[in-house]
Amino acid sequence: MLVKFINLIFLLILPFLMQGVIKKTKAFWGGRKGASVFQPLYDFIKLIKKDFVISKTTSFVFPLSPLVTIVCTMFAALFVPLSNGTAIINIPAGLIIFAYILGLSKFFALIGAMDTGSSFEGMGASREACFTAIVEPAFFMIAASIMALSGNYTFDALSKIVSNAGSYGVLIIIFAVLALFLMLLIEGCRVPVDDPATHLELTMIHEVMILDNSASDLALISYGASIKMLLISSLIARLIIPESITGLEYFLYYLLIIFAVSIITGTVESSTARLRMSHVFEFVFVMSSFALIILSLTAARIFGG
Amino acid sequence: MNWIKIKNNTKISLLDIPILDISDLRIEIISLCSALTQGGSDNSSVLAGYKMRPVGFFGKDWGRGDTRLFVVLADDRTGEFYVSSAIFKAGIREYESITKEIPAFHMFEREFYEEFNIRPKNHPWLKPVRKSLDDYKFFEMEGEEIHQVAVGPIHAGVIEPGHFRFMCNGETVYHLEIALGYQHKGVEDMMVKCPSNQLAESICGDSVIAYNLAYSKVMETIKGISVSYKAKLIRNLALEMERAAVHIGDLGAIAGDIAYLMGASVFGATRTLVINTMLEFSGSRFGRGLITLGGVNFDIDETKIERAKKTFEKVEKDVRRMVKTMLKNSSVVSRLEKTGTVSAERAAEIGLVGMAARASGLNIDSRFNFPDSQMKETGLERVHLKGTGDVNARFKLRYKEILQSFSIIRKIFGKFKEYSHEPVNCGYEVLNKENAKDVFAISVVEGWRGEIIHIAMTDNEGRLTRYKIKDPSFNNWYGLALAVRNNGVSDFPLCNKSFNLSYCGCDL
Repeated sequence: MLVKFINLIFLLILPFLMQGVIKKTKAFWGGRKGASVFQPLYDFIKLIKKDFVISKTTSFVFPLSPLVTIVCTMFAALFVPLSNGTAIINIPAGLIIFAYILGLSKFFALIGAMDTGSSFEGMGASREACFTAIVEPAFFMIAASIMALSGNYTFDALSKIVSNAGSYGVLIIIFAVLALFLMLLIEGCRVPVDDPATHLELTMIHEVMILDNSASDLALISYGASIKMLLISSLIARLIIPESITGLEYFLYYLLIIFAVSIITGTVESSTARLRMSHVFEFVFVMSSFALIILSLTAARIFGG
Repeated sequence: MNWIKIKNNTKISLLDIPILDISDLRIEIISLCSALTQGGSDNSSVLAGYKMRPVGFFGKDWGRGDTRLFVVLADDRTGEFYVSSAIFKAGIREYESITKEIPAFHMFEREFYEEFNIRPKNHPWLKPVRKSLDDYKFFEMEGEEIHQVAVGPIHAGVIEPGHFRFMCNGETVYHLEIALGYQHKGVEDMMVKCPSNQLAESICGDSVIAYNLAYSKVMETIKGISVSYKAKLIRNLALEMERAAVHIGDLGAIAGDIAYLMGASVFGATRTLVINTMLEFSGSRFGRGLITLGGVNFDIDETKIERAKKTFEKVEKDVRRMVKTMLKNSSVVSRLEKTGTVSAERAAEIGLVGMAARASGLNIDSRFNFPDSQMKETGLERVHLKGTGDVNARFKLRYKEILQSFSIIRKIFGKFKEYSHEPVNCGYEVLNKENAKDVFAISVVEGWRGEIIHIAMTDNEGRLTRYKIKDPSFNNWYGLALAVRNNGVSDFPLCNKSFNLSYCGCDL
């Protein structure tokens, strides 16, 4: 119980730190000192204190969507193995609940954006929806392969790949980590998919969807996006850390991997330009191709002996 | 004689300017602007520069309700301007449009119509330029898949106001219409009422030196003031520093737009070194207050030059290294190449000028086409770039122009010693010197964006009666609109940044 409680605490704090570390890394590569790693937390507190401005053209959907988004994201987090290596709610098919709860949160984010009637936000929503449509099947291919290998339908299956698939397992882990890292860049709206720092409405994807949101709504949305990044990095950590490591040792490795992912994300962001919008879709398909590789490795393992 | 020829920084008597019938003038213009001028053996040019192009097409009240239309065409090959005019009697309110024959007149005719209410018949795109924006009718496309995106007039960030209307099909832009004029403040009238260096350098904040220089040169021409050689050196030094600084800043902005942070940081930092050197020279990072009638306000001593030399060496090295790194990075090149292309044919047709025209392969550079004595002495070759007209070409051209500017600056520094005894200005008395009477004077300065043209006229008592300014943005905004056609709507900011046109320079 205590472990689960501690897990929840980390769920609340780590997303801010991840963002802070990414920003610090970008500042480092840009030759700047950069803001404190706690700055995202301060920003969150600042936004919570502010007053709302709500567009007159919006309906009840608009104020509802940030709430649904954050609730869904946090609920989905309960099914993910966090700092102790097991999920808070560890049930079979947790993975499917995880994916579709996130899907629901995405849906509300999209209709919340469309509700403003702004052509920018419509454009952002259509881009975001398009990525999701490509990412989702890829994610399920990966998840289904891993579960089929272990016969275990919880996220614990992630830790059992090597014990179930032997040398194939190592390959599968490598590709799964790569695929999940791409998913992190896509879902977290990072360069080269999206540019979180831009002020140019026409090029934005995620940022443009929340142009009309303010105060705590805005705070919750950006917090939700950070939680999503934490969740995907937690899956990466679970994939990489061997089954035999548990307890405090797992926790230390977990933190190491979370911050390593943040630093790599920040470095990628500093050293590449953003892709052209038409090329972004090709980039998203790379994740699908990794998923197909994992699927075929799994099939080889299961049917080829 | 239908035209009178005039060189850069010279004046002619108003009485010498021919007055033609408008229909004759129209035929003259069309024949000059569509035919290749003779003797085009300059192998450096791809296409245009041979054709005459409009640089001035503006009216002036001519008493009793009459309007006199002045036309100034530029011949880039010989470095001459052709000037002519026509008079519209009070009752005549229209003429046959030139635009449908020569599209480069498109904005000029709209401007003339807006100011004098004389309608060009059959003008294909007769919309407001600066005034009456409330009833601006946008071109619209219809269809199930078509959607409109309206951007501005208020933008994110510290940018000037301007409205952009995109007709898109999904992510693809079919058409962009740009409605400007939100910055219109009547600069030309102000220039007539109270001409001053302070006003001239405030017209367009990113071209302080170029504007002030164009103003100073045209007024010096009218007042007959001569400037010491040293002052000329400092003026050209400042002009090239401005060019280098803005180009470096824009390379950084382009890097920022494609989210290439390292480029944005390095170029941002190096630009600061250049403008801080300007601060040392003149007390203002943008060179405000440096240029005055009769010379410059600040002398530059040896220690400052030595320091500047070192700074510029460092800047040049950093810029070279960063540009090379960027052009080696495939993700960068993939964003720049084949984005926002304006072909050379199209650029010549719509009359692009300056940096954008050169990137499209036209060889127009008024530093070389309409040189002052000093530019000839530097013996520099103009920048050659087989312009592909895309963002990549504009990126590379800016880089080459930065290197060229630094090379000009080095030559200027080399000459400083022999002229160190010269005064840098003629004192304040020259400000009160009488204007010549009944003259027409023209001055063209190649700012970093392109040619800035100032034309001034005086009446029979020597008072300024008309002051006409043409910013390169006036020609080039339409080039931007063409550049984004069939590009992704998300590439618009990148195209926009590669042109980096001025709102206030166009709106005046």
